[in-house]
Amino acid sequence: MNLLTVSPSPHIRGNETTSGIMRDVLIALIPAAVASVIIFGFRTLAVIAVCVCSCAIFEWAFEKLTKRDTTIGDLSAAVTGVLLAYNLPVTIPLWQCVVGSFVAIVVIKQLFGGIGKNFANPAITARIFMFLAFTGTMSRYIIPRSPDAVTGATPLMIMQSGVGELPSALDLFLGNHGGVLGETCALALILGFAYLLIRRVIGWETPVIYVAVVFALTAAFGGNPVNAILSGGLLLGAIFMATDYVTAPMTFWGRFVFGAGCGVLTVIIRQFGSYPEGVSFSILIMNILTPYLNRLTAAKPFGGVK
Amino acid sequence: MMKRLPGIHAPHLKNTDAKTAEILPVPKLVHIPMSMHIGAPARSVVTVGDIVKVGQLLGEPDGAVSSPVHSSVSGTVKSIDAIDAVTNERGTVIIIESDGLQTPLETLTPPDVNTAEDFIAAVRDSGVVGLGGAGFPTAVKLTVKDIAQVEYFIVNGAECEPYITSDTRTMIDDAELLWDGIRLVKKHLGVTNILIGIENNKPEAIRVLSDYAAKEPIAKVVSLPAMYPQGGEKVLIYNLTGRIVEEGKLPLDAGCIVINCTTLAAVARYIKTGMPLVEKRVTVDGSAVRTPKNVIAPIGTPLSDIFDFCGGLTDDVRKILYGGPMMGVAVLSVSAPVKKSTNAIIALNAKDAALPRETECIRCGRCIGGCPLGLMPAVLRDYFLLGRTDMLEKYKVNLCMECGCCSFNCPAKRSLTQTMKLAKARLRESQAAKNK
Repeated sequence: MNLLTVSPSPHIRGNETTSGIMRDVLIALIPAAVASVIIFGFRTLAVIAVCVCSCAIFEWAFEKLTKRDTTIGDLSAAVTGVLLAYNLPVTIPLWQCVVGSFVAIVVIKQLFGGIGKNFANPAITARIFMFLAFTGTMSRYIIPRSPDAVTGATPLMIMQSGVGELPSALDLFLGNHGGVLGETCALALILGFAYLLIRRVIGWETPVIYVAVVFALTAAFGGNPVNAILSGGLLLGAIFMATDYVTAPMTFWGRFVFGAGCGVLTVIIRQFGSYPEGVSFSILIMNILTPYLNRLTAAKPFGGVK
Repeated sequence: MMKRLPGIHAPHLKNTDAKTAEILPVPKLVHIPMSMHIGAPARSVVTVGDIVKVGQLLGEPDGAVSSPVHSSVSGTVKSIDAIDAVTNERGTVIIIESDGLQTPLETLTPPDVNTAEDFIAAVRDSGVVGLGGAGFPTAVKLTVKDIAQVEYFIVNGAECEPYITSDTRTMIDDAELLWDGIRLVKKHLGVTNILIGIENNKPEAIRVLSDYAAKEPIAKVVSLPAMYPQGGEKVLIYNLTGRIVEEGKLPLDAGCIVINCTTLAAVARYIKTGMPLVEKRVTVDGSAVRTPKNVIAPIGTPLSDIFDFCGGLTDDVRKILYGGPMMGVAVLSVSAPVKKSTNAIIALNAKDAALPRETECIRCGRCIGGCPLGLMPAVLRDYFLLGRTDMLEKYKVNLCMECGCCSFNCPAKRSLTQTMKLAKARLRESQAAKNK
């Protein structure tokens, strides 16, 4: 007989794997890609492809250079690539996508130790970097299906400046307006959210609280709360970025507070800031607070005595 | 609906729950360890060459927390070894060569049980220890200074581990004995609230015992969701009564005694027949077992005899467990013996025994969400690696019951439960050093 394996319990494991979870996130992102192709055309696919490929290559290359096991098989770099692409306008020069991917994977993720170790969301931080570095190309939004790719304002720009006409609520919901690739179609994002909930990849707490706080505070400031939640990157950020495991709290109440904090910051930036959009900044700031939220909302041990 | 503690939905794999136990042919040799319980090992009272019969005392309890050990076969004492090289059992192991006749000891008679003291003495003499796996001497557990302290007497029929069905079969096939046990507890301990907690994936056991309860309402059968670790002592107490067993306290401090259903049936068998605990109903299952079964085997039977009786093991067997896959212990050799607290032996093939590759923690929080006791394994792991025993203490790693839920849930396949065990040991060492 063969030698027996002796190892500590448990001797049976659940079916979930890191790559399985990332695959589910990618599946949940498909509706938004389809919507984006319909709204902005086939260049969408080029932007996504360049971001995903360069993220994967940077991850692989960095891990080769530093002589560590390659982790592109866990698909987390692919998720970062898709999310970065979804934060870019369709007209973005492709070389800028490569630069953004470098920032996301090498600077934000790998230099901090790779998957599980980075404190900031790679896609969000890369977006902010690109927004500051390539302001011109990053704020050139085209009007969907306009014959000559006419540039125009996003709904949030219109709200902030008061110039121009806002799309109808239905157009906002379907995404028929200017914006970055993945943010415009609320319907597609909500479909993805439903999938993630059904697959138990994420809990409801962060997205629902985030959106609810934005809704309530916008109403309190006298704004149109429905337009506020259907415009800009709120749903994309709330569903896919604020729920990133690595950079958000691990406890239920931590995630709850994280969502609420993101909501407050988003509304403050939108109302008082000079930028029309505040979702990425809010999430990045809350990323920094995550270790403290974990500590403040530590689970209470059952039967524990102080 | 009362609040219940979280847990995991492990696969049930109760392949043998409809199979009444088959009686194993008498093994040629039995290896009976003197330590099959928590506490001091029993002290051997036989010598090599002695002729022994079934139920004869082999070892007497050595101290207050100990338990007697009896012969499970009739035959000749072949050797008494300090360390049994065959089974890798540490401590004294008595090896008996069976004569195949299974002659019971003539002097075995049912004990006279008239008072609570008689009852406790009988439990002690029966050699019964916690048969759910813990092996704590049952008589010690039942020795309560003030019986009014016991508000709930809980019979644990949850059997939440995957594969295992031996408790299920006890509740069905030995329902009469189990009910005798409940009558004894009622009569001699005077407990008013007796609850039998059974997971709802055992409808037949629930039905059989509910019929008894309907005829003789001295105990209440409670159906619980089939969720691991429903049968964990603290979990079961909370889910049945809402009581919390505090850190460093015993269930008794929360007004509860929990006893496994098979343990209670074994006590009743001794008081009814005078035959102490000499055999066990064992579930034999797992991907490397050709014909999964429930088997009644003499204590001390080498596992290989039992596997042979179940069609043998497949060629790719890689791991053999005492107990279930969540908390069971991997054995070194197939010649290890059945012990008092062995409720299952599980043999896994190469595929099921393959150790998963660990990857980095992605901080998903599944270990925290799945911990029945509200601990934070991912955080505790960080503090363990940093050597921060102060934080291990603050975050209560000592409360961990090693149920395995964190490792089970982990998508990065990290051995969190193992880390928790190490962290507990580290904390104990540091506290011991401090108290010196």
